[in-house]
Amino acid sequence: MTNDAQYNFAYLDEQTKRMIRRAILKGVAIPGYQVPFASREMPMPYGWGTGGVQVSAAVLTPDDTFKVIDQGADDTTNAVSIRRFFQKTAGVAVTERTSEASVIQTRHRIPEEPLREDQILVYQVPIPEPLRFLEPRESETRKMHSLQEYGLMHVKLYEDITRHGQIATSYAYPVRVEGRYVMDPSPIPKFDNPKLEMDAIQLFGAGREQRIYAIPPHTSVASLDFDDHPFDPAKADHPCVLCGTEESYLDEVITDDEGGRMFVCSDTDFCRSRQSHSEARR
Amino acid sequence: MTPNTLGGGFADEARDAAFAFRACLDVMARPGRIGTLRGAVPPPPLSVAAGTLLLTLCDAQTPVWLGASIDNPMIRNWIAFHTGAPVTTSKSEAQFALGRWPDLHPIFDFSMGTPEYPDRSATLIVEQDNLAPEGTVLSGPGIREVTHLSLPETDAFQQNAALYPQGLDFYFTARDRIAALPRSTKVEAA
Repeated sequence: MTNDAQYNFAYLDEQTKRMIRRAILKGVAIPGYQVPFASREMPMPYGWGTGGVQVSAAVLTPDDTFKVIDQGADDTTNAVSIRRFFQKTAGVAVTERTSEASVIQTRHRIPEEPLREDQILVYQVPIPEPLRFLEPRESETRKMHSLQEYGLMHVKLYEDITRHGQIATSYAYPVRVEGRYVMDPSPIPKFDNPKLEMDAIQLFGAGREQRIYAIPPHTSVASLDFDDHPFDPAKADHPCVLCGTEESYLDEVITDDEGGRMFVCSDTDFCRSRQSHSEARR
Repeated sequence: MTPNTLGGGFADEARDAAFAFRACLDVMARPGRIGTLRGAVPPPPLSVAAGTLLLTLCDAQTPVWLGASIDNPMIRNWIAFHTGAPVTTSKSEAQFALGRWPDLHPIFDFSMGTPEYPDRSATLIVEQDNLAPEGTVLSGPGIREVTHLSLPETDAFQQNAALYPQGLDFYFTARDRIAALPRSTKVEAA
């Protein structure tokens, strides 16, 4: 479908895309640092991924194959509507297969299948500032980042240990990028944190909060921890009931009102390709 | 005004700029990699890559500083017509600077950002005769182990990296080839 007459390529006007592109490049040059940008209103509400959508719009070319996942799934409302948005406004090819995509926009997961260097992962970020719940003033958190004053974050994690015996933060687990900036990896489960060191370019967009940040390939990304409480990328201790893997991150699905439940892969493409593989082998 | 200052822009602005940006992103995310950047045909002595970079990233919001060996009325008219970017003579005001390496000295007069906002720094576009994956040793984010790039010198880039997270970011352009050196890259003499 072509909508050339109605929309500029990828919806945003060229000047907006240039502004976003300049912010992305500064973000790549300073891994983990939050670059302010003049976020635009998008035809979807804040909280639906307006930051990710603006980054995707600035990055997409007509040759791209685009994939969108929401908590690992390609077929939820958020994922479907963003995928259709760019199908309509940029005319790009779309896919549900991780390996076929060149740009993947994600809400709160990293695909199980390792990404290649010719792929770009775009994250939707609700609260980009990892220190925000510890210090509400932007002027102060800016200063804390500039002075690498991250003691407060360690105190917070330590309080978890004194209260629960372990670090209870299970998603949006703070990381330190290249030994410099403490960064919020967006609300991905901490299971995904080790995957943040990858071959693909990772871009983060927060629309309401007007921030863009990035992790280039081969960049060190360390989850914060303590010598006696090392980081543990925990997951539910079950195999997936559909594909049987014990390696992937699982969703718990309630099946009745008598406590029945099952665990299935959160990454629908990963699960589906494993199921079709094992069927083919039969 | 000569006729070719009106020509040489993107044929299809949105799509050409999208492809050009991806080349700029790819080389900035992988310092030392040499990519291809085409789309614009600027007047001499500007290279195709440098001209395309200006069209991709510059507009009325980004003051551009021009080095003596690049600065001529045709270039100024071409930049004004195609991007609307103001040409500035103040190094500290410039968001982009364009020139050959000797033109740009002293480079630390350009804005290096502030401790709170290190992104408010200039991007320098350095025109070269050639780009080759040899010479200076690069390591850091975006580089698997080490890589090599024919930089015009080593000292200035080491000083720049020592300012991290403040500092300048560089693009190197030769004909339709482009490479990048962000401030995060560690530089050592070969």
